[in-house]
Amino acid sequence: MKPAPFDYHRATSIDDAIAHLASGDAIVRPLAGGQSLVPMLNLRLAPVDKLVDLTRIAALRQTEERLDCIRYGALVTHAAFEDRRVPDASNGLMPFVGSQIAYRAVRTRGTIGGAIALADPAADWLTTIIALEAEIALAGPNGRRTMSGTDFATGPYMTAIGDAELIEAIIVPRRPNTERWGHYKVARKTGEYAESMAIALIDKALGKARLVVGATDGAPLVLERSSREIAAGNVGDSLAAVIRAELAESGRDFSPEKLLLHCTTAVRAVADSEKR
Amino acid sequence: MKTSISAIINGKPVQSSVEPRTSLADLLREELRLTATHLGCEQGVCGACTVLVDGEPARACITLAVGIDGSDVRTLEGLDQDALMRVLKDAFHDKHGLQCGFCTPGMLISAWDLLRRKPHLGEAEIRIAISGNLCRCTGYQGIVRSIKAAGEKWAARTAPAQEQA
Repeated sequence: MKPAPFDYHRATSIDDAIAHLASGDAIVRPLAGGQSLVPMLNLRLAPVDKLVDLTRIAALRQTEERLDCIRYGALVTHAAFEDRRVPDASNGLMPFVGSQIAYRAVRTRGTIGGAIALADPAADWLTTIIALEAEIALAGPNGRRTMSGTDFATGPYMTAIGDAELIEAIIVPRRPNTERWGHYKVARKTGEYAESMAIALIDKALGKARLVVGATDGAPLVLERSSREIAAGNVGDSLAAVIRAELAESGRDFSPEKLLLHCTTAVRAVADSEKR
Repeated sequence: MKTSISAIINGKPVQSSVEPRTSLADLLREELRLTATHLGCEQGVCGACTVLVDGEPARACITLAVGIDGSDVRTLEGLDQDALMRVLKDAFHDKHGLQCGFCTPGMLISAWDLLRRKPHLGEAEIRIAISGNLCRCTGYQGIVRSIKAAGEKWAARTAPAQEQA
């Protein structure tokens, strides 16, 4: 065995999990699919005194279809999106993203809530849910709250999750069927974490666009100005110059190579949307 | 503090008491002596420890043994009589799908899961699908040929049954 010793509690409900997470000075971490946390425990990179296993909480696995949105329980796996075992409101973007996270043996266990809670800047779901204007439902000792994905992600591995708080669900608004999505990801090897990724959602019928760049050194970047330009019909080199300028002025201190990489990824995501 | 678990492993009920930090791979290898499950990287990268948990592939080195309580686990040993696994093993034999054999159990289980879901795959798709299983000796050529050949054989064998259904 590789990890240092820790205690373990198999939570029976969300309230039970929250009660066990709130335990003073000890480092208590919730365990969802464990596909990032357990490797970090094996490498002894993540200190932990106690794990609270969420996987037996049935409420966290439920998906609920509503008139204007779909509410995915935090424990819905990447494979469930890939196999379309859960409904889709994103014109196929979420099943696509689910299908190319890591490898099948990881996708069968890794969960959307776990991925978002970790907020690895290079992981796929955080950028995706920010692009889709999703909301995160949180439950904690002080009750329940909902916030936008954009406000949720505050930095690399940093989120708005409070002490003993859990992600309960991800609420994805139903995207209009006139919208087209484009995706581009640069990774050194199939299934690896991205060096850069971008998602473009373009709705020519409604004159709307949203361009998000992820795998940066912080939270995913919503390129507001570039999105407005795309919506107004700007294309080609002129659009690329706008994207590049917006990335350069984002305050992220990109090296020239990274700036070129992220700009190229964003331009290719926009181009990819034309194919759908 | 040890935690008791009970699971079905290769069709047999198993009860054990494990430390929470014990991985499923260590439970299988050290306690149950099911040593077909190999441990390479022990951080979820190499795929050598891939087993089936409730019919789905999972990496046994990053699955905690406490987490499989109530689950059905199958290792390569437990697929000994399985028809698809037989076809795959024959294909790996015929097409030189292994050299040292260290990655083979994980490779076979990943391929089993792949062909069960998608028997008709081209070389490029097979390469993407096994990208989570590292082999350091074959260069993958023989492995890809083996999986492709097994897929064709399996599809031909199951096609009449599907037509009837």
